[in-house]
Amino acid sequence: MKILFFAALRETLGESVELEVSLPLTVSELRQALAETLPEQAPLFEPARTLSAVNQTICQGATLINTGDEVAFFPPVTGG
Amino acid sequence: MDCISVREEDFVVQEEYDQLCQYPGESGAVVCFSGLVRELGVTDQTIAMEIEHYPGMTEKSLKAIIGQARQRWPLSQVRMIHRVGRLKTGDQIVFVGVSSQHRDAAFDACRFLMDYLKTEAPFWKKEITAEGDIWVEANEKDTTAREKWQVD
Repeated sequence: MKILFFAALRETLGESVELEVSLPLTVSELRQALAETLPEQAPLFEPARTLSAVNQTICQGATLINTGDEVAFFPPVTGG
Repeated sequence: MDCISVREEDFVVQEEYDQLCQYPGESGAVVCFSGLVRELGVTDQTIAMEIEHYPGMTEKSLKAIIGQARQRWPLSQVRMIHRVGRLKTGDQIVFVGVSSQHRDAAFDACRFLMDYLKTEAPFWKKEITAEGDIWVEANEKDTTAREKWQVD
């Protein structure tokens, strides 16, 4: 599945990454999969540092990701 | 009735105010807020600011924030504008305007909308300085401000 990145995370990892995972899986499981695939960047995927959104809504670790869902990770927001 | 706009173009406060007042009788109170790019940011040498956003999610989150405000207060109209792209010191960044029958709702809702925008809407600021580009860090004060609204 494709995962989108924004802001500082995008500068480090690129706009998106393709990951082989079996769906459905939780956001927590996806964070773990990303940390395992990109071990040098593992700290970036910790919930304290990076927020997650599924289908453009901020979500927590237990949220389930299904086929066709849009998933994004990004730093805490700084708009306004 | 509500206006949500995420764009590069600047806004004119008078025009937004005129829109908020367009239904005479429905608005005894109009409160407007605008946020500008400050001189001093992360360093004191900010040349410009770049604002990145998550297209699609920004509009969706602003709509959700307004929905929450409407559940809490009786509001007539809400207008929220957030600019993206490259801005310089003194430029307008964000506008929040609220009209309601009475001032309590207008003042509180305007503050609420800004406090939520600053912690939930997917925008990220980067300061362009003579010494390099620096991503602005999220401020704990913004989280605290937003948490105050959850006491109710």
